[in-house]
Amino acid sequence: MIGRRPQVQFEVLTLQDPGYPTALRAIADPPQALYVRGRLAEADRTAVAVVGARRASPYGVAVAEWLGRELTRNGVTVVSGLARGIDAAAHRGALQGGGRTIAVLGCGVDIIYPPEHGRLVAQITGAGAVLSEYPPGTPPLKHQFPRRNRLISGLALGVVVVEGREDSGALITADCALDQGREVFAVPGPVFAQTSVLPHRLLQQGAKLVTMVEHILEELHLAVQHATTSSVALQGAEAAVYAQLTLDPQHIDVLALRCGLPVSEIGRVLIGLELRGLVRVLAGQRYVRATVEG
Amino acid sequence: MLARVHSAAVLGLQAYGVDVEVDVGGGLPAFAIVGLPDAAVQESKERVRAAIRNAGYEVPPRKITINLAPADVRKEGPAFDLPMAVGILAATAQLNGGHLDGTLLLGELSLDGRIRPVPGLLAIALAARERGQPALIVPERNAAEAALVEGIDVYPASTLAQVIGHLEGSAPIAPLRRPPPPAAEAPAGDVDFGEVRGQAHARRAMEIAAAGGHNVLLVGPPGSGKTMLARRLPTILPPLSWEEAIDVTRIYSVAGLLPGGSGPVRLRPFRSPHHTTSAAAMIGGGAGARPGEITLAHRGVLFLDELPEFHRDVLEALRQPLEDREVTVARAQLTVTFPAAFMLVGAMNPCPCGHHGDDGADCLCSPPQVARYLGRISGPLLDRFDLHVDVPRVSPADLTAPPVGEPSERIRARVCAAREHQRRRFAGTCACNALMTAKQMRRSCRLAEGPRAFLRTAIERLGLSARGYDRLLRVARTIADLEGAAEFGEAHLAEAMQYRVFDRSLRLSG
Repeated sequence: MIGRRPQVQFEVLTLQDPGYPTALRAIADPPQALYVRGRLAEADRTAVAVVGARRASPYGVAVAEWLGRELTRNGVTVVSGLARGIDAAAHRGALQGGGRTIAVLGCGVDIIYPPEHGRLVAQITGAGAVLSEYPPGTPPLKHQFPRRNRLISGLALGVVVVEGREDSGALITADCALDQGREVFAVPGPVFAQTSVLPHRLLQQGAKLVTMVEHILEELHLAVQHATTSSVALQGAEAAVYAQLTLDPQHIDVLALRCGLPVSEIGRVLIGLELRGLVRVLAGQRYVRATVEG
Repeated sequence: MLARVHSAAVLGLQAYGVDVEVDVGGGLPAFAIVGLPDAAVQESKERVRAAIRNAGYEVPPRKITINLAPADVRKEGPAFDLPMAVGILAATAQLNGGHLDGTLLLGELSLDGRIRPVPGLLAIALAARERGQPALIVPERNAAEAALVEGIDVYPASTLAQVIGHLEGSAPIAPLRRPPPPAAEAPAGDVDFGEVRGQAHARRAMEIAAAGGHNVLLVGPPGSGKTMLARRLPTILPPLSWEEAIDVTRIYSVAGLLPGGSGPVRLRPFRSPHHTTSAAAMIGGGAGARPGEITLAHRGVLFLDELPEFHRDVLEALRQPLEDREVTVARAQLTVTFPAAFMLVGAMNPCPCGHHGDDGADCLCSPPQVARYLGRISGPLLDRFDLHVDVPRVSPADLTAPPVGEPSERIRARVCAAREHQRRRFAGTCACNALMTAKQMRRSCRLAEGPRAFLRTAIERLGLSARGYDRLLRVARTIADLEGAAEFGEAHLAEAMQYRVFDRSLRLSG
């Protein structure tokens, strides 16, 4: 379950070190030492955290990726917790945007948890940092994760909650953010979805509504460098199938019926779209759009 | 006095001659059977004695010795009842034994002298013809299967008295003639693909599987129709040829699974053993070297529902017969080879709770749990499946006005056409794309530069494993055959990729 990397390059930053993140010095209980893989930069003062559910919907994954991408395109570092679902999507989006991202772990920096994120960790260390307050070798124990959430919010100017169930860990991060005087943002979701419960409650309690990355940037008084624009140019059957796709999973049979194409044909079109990164396939031959743009 | 009656027995699927020698002589009254008889043969004494008495003859109170030659092979079952009874009557001069040479007798006797059916008659009749035995007297209920063999006379008898009348010449039985081989149209089964609504993707996959003889793995939540699809696969396979039908009938005859009085098996077999099945029952063997489920599925479909629940040793034991199309079972006493050319259809849930990737219900399994569940199918076994098909549970509301499925007959016509392409391409050296050798593959799956580049991109972007590469080409070849295309290109490869879900990293995502 736990992948151990015996020889990992890491750096120790104590509270007295000049390289210690200034934002963390200001919180109530800053860790005495931080273990860092990769590199923290001056630019990381401008950071926003994107957090949410581990069992995320395709909608949430697409939103988190999109936010990660758009934030980094505007020069903002994306902070998250490397968990499955929203966290991983936010990191991935930031990497796609070509910007910086920081993963805050609840275990030692030499331990990959969850284990399937080995490649993601390698990419994040290359384009930002993976850090933890726990010394290397510390296993991922349950109680450590809520504690590290204060670092996620502490490192950022604001926290964006994308999806979360009633008792989600993202609630802890949002509470920490309020304690630390950080902004709290929430992205609305479908009314009936369980994953929308937390962001909607936060919105009722006064969190800022986010439907565009500009909403975050303006609230934090950051300059908009890169406005949200994008389009996908497709033709013929590909255009027809793409138009039918949404962020709700649809089975290949249903898509074939709605597009009026035989199943043999639609499979070929979908593979083509998938190869271009426009479509994602989920377990059970269900398809969704891979991006919110277009 | 001595009498000799010819009979036969079956070992594996092959019959061998057994001579029943009866000696009735002086000494204290006794009845002894020698020649490695098993319990059922030992009990023949009582049945034979009663049957002879009730037929109006008598068993003299003398020393009766019966030898079953060859004496070193174990004899099983009650099929020697009839030859023993006839032998006793001949040895005691109650019957003129002049006609016994060249006649082979088989049958179980009931106490009142009636003759009951015995298994394996078709195999015995085939062997009798080979050895030049011109006549067979067999139980009436089984006579139809023996009569499938040309060149021998089959006399159906229902009582011991009838047999005696026939041998004495006083009341000869009319020989049963072989039925003419019916035209090669397939008989209607009791299931049809037309009954499957929706599931267009899975139906298409079954058509491709049938056209190329590919093994299929169906993955889907409980109640999504995996069994329904598998059960209908035999109905879209090409109909059994006469030779194949005889082949299958012989196996069922030996296994004692032919309904009495029936002709040859005309429908491709469909076997669906439960997941608690033992290795011996699956592969064949046991004390009497009986054919297993894989042999009963010969030229048909073996369906393993709940694949991960099968014992690991049973699943691993399938690998070699899947490759060799036959299985050799060695026991201390004997070694038998059974044919096992079957299509394997496996079915499983996508995760322990069954709802991974199901729109209708939430899956609560964690990614490691799902991975562990799927890991129960070993890589080498997974490799034997050319197509992996996701079978969803699609709600009727989702499929607005679902079209009624295409009937099996129409699908079968396309399958037969595709098989014809393959037959011509391989010129009889290989029956279908699933069985292509590496050399045949290199020749018939040549890719142009365009499709080759497409394939490279796909392998990188979609995370297709190198292991699945061969399988992908085979399936793409079959898709091209279904279209009647000589060359195959990107479109065929793209569709084939849809049926390799297990090669792709997507199993763990949402």
